[in-house]
Amino acid sequence: MLHVNGITGGYGKEPIVNNISFHVNKGEVLGILGPNGSGKSTLLKIVSGILPKQSGTVQIDGQDSGVYSQKEFARKVAVLPQLHAHAFSHTVKDTVALGRYPHQSGLFSTWSKEDERAVNEALAYTGITRYKDTAIELLSGGEQQRVFVAQALAQEAPILLLDEPTNHLDIAHQQQLLDTIRNHAVEKGVTVISVFHDVNLASLYCDRLLLMDRGQIAIIGDPQDVIQEAIIASVYNARVKTQPHPELPKPQMTLLPDTMEETEQPVVRKKDIVISSDNVSLRAINPLKTVSSAVHNPGTGWYRSFVNRHVDVDYNPSDVKAEMAEYLQQRDFHLSDTVGMMTAVTTEHAEVEEYRGDFGSVIIMVTAGVGNAVDVSQSLHRDRPERIGTINTWVIVNGHLSDEAFIQAMITATEAKTKAMHTENIEDPLTGTIATGTSTDSLLVAATQTGEQLPYAGPITPLGKLIGHGVYDCTVRAITAYKKAKGWT
Amino acid sequence: MNKATLAYLVSIATLLVAVWLGVSIGTVKIPISTFWDSTDTTATNILYKIRMPRVILAGLVGASLAIAGAAFQGLLKNPLADPYTLGVSSGASVGAVMTLFFGISLPIVGTYTLPVFSMAGAALTMFLVIGFARLVDRSMKMETIILTGIIFGSFLGSILSLMIALTGEELRQIIGWLLGSVSMRGWNYIYMILPFVIIGSIILWLNRMELNAMLFGEERAHHLGVNVKRRKFMILIGGSILTGSAVAVSGTIGFVGLVVPHMTRLMWGSDHRHLLTLSFMNGATLLIICDLIARTIISPTELPVGVITAFIGAPVFAFIFYRQRRKGAL
Repeated sequence: MLHVNGITGGYGKEPIVNNISFHVNKGEVLGILGPNGSGKSTLLKIVSGILPKQSGTVQIDGQDSGVYSQKEFARKVAVLPQLHAHAFSHTVKDTVALGRYPHQSGLFSTWSKEDERAVNEALAYTGITRYKDTAIELLSGGEQQRVFVAQALAQEAPILLLDEPTNHLDIAHQQQLLDTIRNHAVEKGVTVISVFHDVNLASLYCDRLLLMDRGQIAIIGDPQDVIQEAIIASVYNARVKTQPHPELPKPQMTLLPDTMEETEQPVVRKKDIVISSDNVSLRAINPLKTVSSAVHNPGTGWYRSFVNRHVDVDYNPSDVKAEMAEYLQQRDFHLSDTVGMMTAVTTEHAEVEEYRGDFGSVIIMVTAGVGNAVDVSQSLHRDRPERIGTINTWVIVNGHLSDEAFIQAMITATEAKTKAMHTENIEDPLTGTIATGTSTDSLLVAATQTGEQLPYAGPITPLGKLIGHGVYDCTVRAITAYKKAKGWT
Repeated sequence: MNKATLAYLVSIATLLVAVWLGVSIGTVKIPISTFWDSTDTTATNILYKIRMPRVILAGLVGASLAIAGAAFQGLLKNPLADPYTLGVSSGASVGAVMTLFFGISLPIVGTYTLPVFSMAGAALTMFLVIGFARLVDRSMKMETIILTGIIFGSFLGSILSLMIALTGEELRQIIGWLLGSVSMRGWNYIYMILPFVIIGSIILWLNRMELNAMLFGEERAHHLGVNVKRRKFMILIGGSILTGSAVAVSGTIGFVGLVVPHMTRLMWGSDHRHLLTLSFMNGATLLIICDLIARTIISPTELPVGVITAFIGAPVFAFIFYRQRRKGAL
């Protein structure tokens, strides 16, 4: 669709962009990224013919762009500018109608049915039909920008160029505008090239990204290949961390601010864990990075408070999450800052221990009931009633865990728990085999993320050794206590 | 009936009323029936030899200045622009004042030496201004054009001042011409200006869509498919032809070219498809009315029409401006 071959050019004699080559396929959305002054806008201006090029070619549909007249070019390529001011007023419809200029010819430039249809379609598509007789200067910035989107769409060109189209727009309008353009590209097979300031927006909306660095292409490729910590760090000269988008296969990056001067970071101790008849709780001074399968705030996050709550065996409210939130609130736990689990086991039988290693320490908390023990290997074809979680495990680490270490810590802790079930000879009542856990066990791994870097937590690493030993130890003791309470021994 | 149709009807009606008033009122009252009833030869003579040419010339000059002003304001995206911004009128003035100052009378053209010299001055200035602007900046940005116009305008203004300063006693003739008038010109002046009015207006009218696009900036117009360089050139030439010829036959009549486009825009919007034509008609109307007032208000003495245009135009403009802004604020 669009081929750019070795273009060099800029404002004066000194070229701003140097020997740039790339191509865009039909229906593709290409994002151009780069720090200020890297030449991304200049590149777009050369492609759109606003700035002259010193060398190289721009080919559209296999033809050099120079052979097209201005009107022919405008029928092939529409451009959406940044928001700007204007001296005299036009109505919305008149403004959008100007998009048909390249399609009109003859002395009287007759307005055809085709023109009317294209304009009405563009108005409807951008949702501004109801403003069509309003003067544009009476609209808000976001609405004005939509008018210009409609104008560009009314041009019905197969290629759409955008120069930071969402500048000065709030997030709702940014999303609206980019969704509109993205959908248009998909529905009509329009090829889009857009300059972006915001790396994350570009990643979300583009099929491919072109990263500019001092007038040259640093990298061009899929968002996953372009948005990489090392590349972004070197081109933008900024410390960043990339992570997956929670719902889309598009990488996102966040800035890492310069860390404050090293102060004595508070560590979590065994004595910080408070056991009452109602719950086991921990209130840390600083938030801990947490991964859990809790009821309240499961998943990954940063939390200060942790609650393992006792409920009756026949606890069965219609909305467990709401009831849990209410419970936490009544006890002064901040909802957005708390991870909460529940157990039918008496919390006074909780086993808490701190295990020290060279890097720091690990605190383990276990409450265990084995009334509904399950052998997971035999579980496939058996129906069981859902019950309240019975072995709840906390692993709290005074150290700095990598993502892998969090996952390995969960594996290690689970293996240790299973081994404890084996040692205690807990049987699955349905199958008569040794159980591996209970039907609704919960696990939480939290780390202070200060102090020593702990990249791994497998069973032969210092951290894994402590977790394995500690979880096994505490689980065995908790099961023993449970058995004693039940009068099994 | 839509707004545009109404605008045309109102403009045509006021123009017809202005023409009617213009030809009938004066020291001798001419009834409208004189057009078809030529029994009163005195009335017929006054109508065809004096009133008609005067009203038509006033109309053409007013129309030329107004349409040129509308186009320049749109092109330069500057509400303060008027036909004189480009400095072409100063060139025309220098040509005219030079004729008066040196008492030049060319063979063949004779009494028409002044307008011929004036048009030559305008044309020369136009080429110099556009040429210089291109020399400074090949893409001829709006600012470049405005500044070049100011440079040439003030330089030519200094030549004018010099000639005025050296004239001594007989200033009246020069000042009278500079203030602008359409009196005692006759049909030949109309024949002289008419081709320029037609050509200039057509050139501008052919660029009405381009002017609309250029209101959003040259870059935007470029992206919409407008050949900006060529169109800009056309509009500058077209507007200069109109301005130069108008000034050559009537002197520098102020205010019409600035205010008529604004009034038209405030009332009917800034779509050049209508703005140009409507400004043309309204400019004609305004100047016919102003000329009528100029020659009747302290009759038998005639005032320069330029005095009246400003005297009437400014308050009318102020009123419309006030009303429009208040309406917008509510």
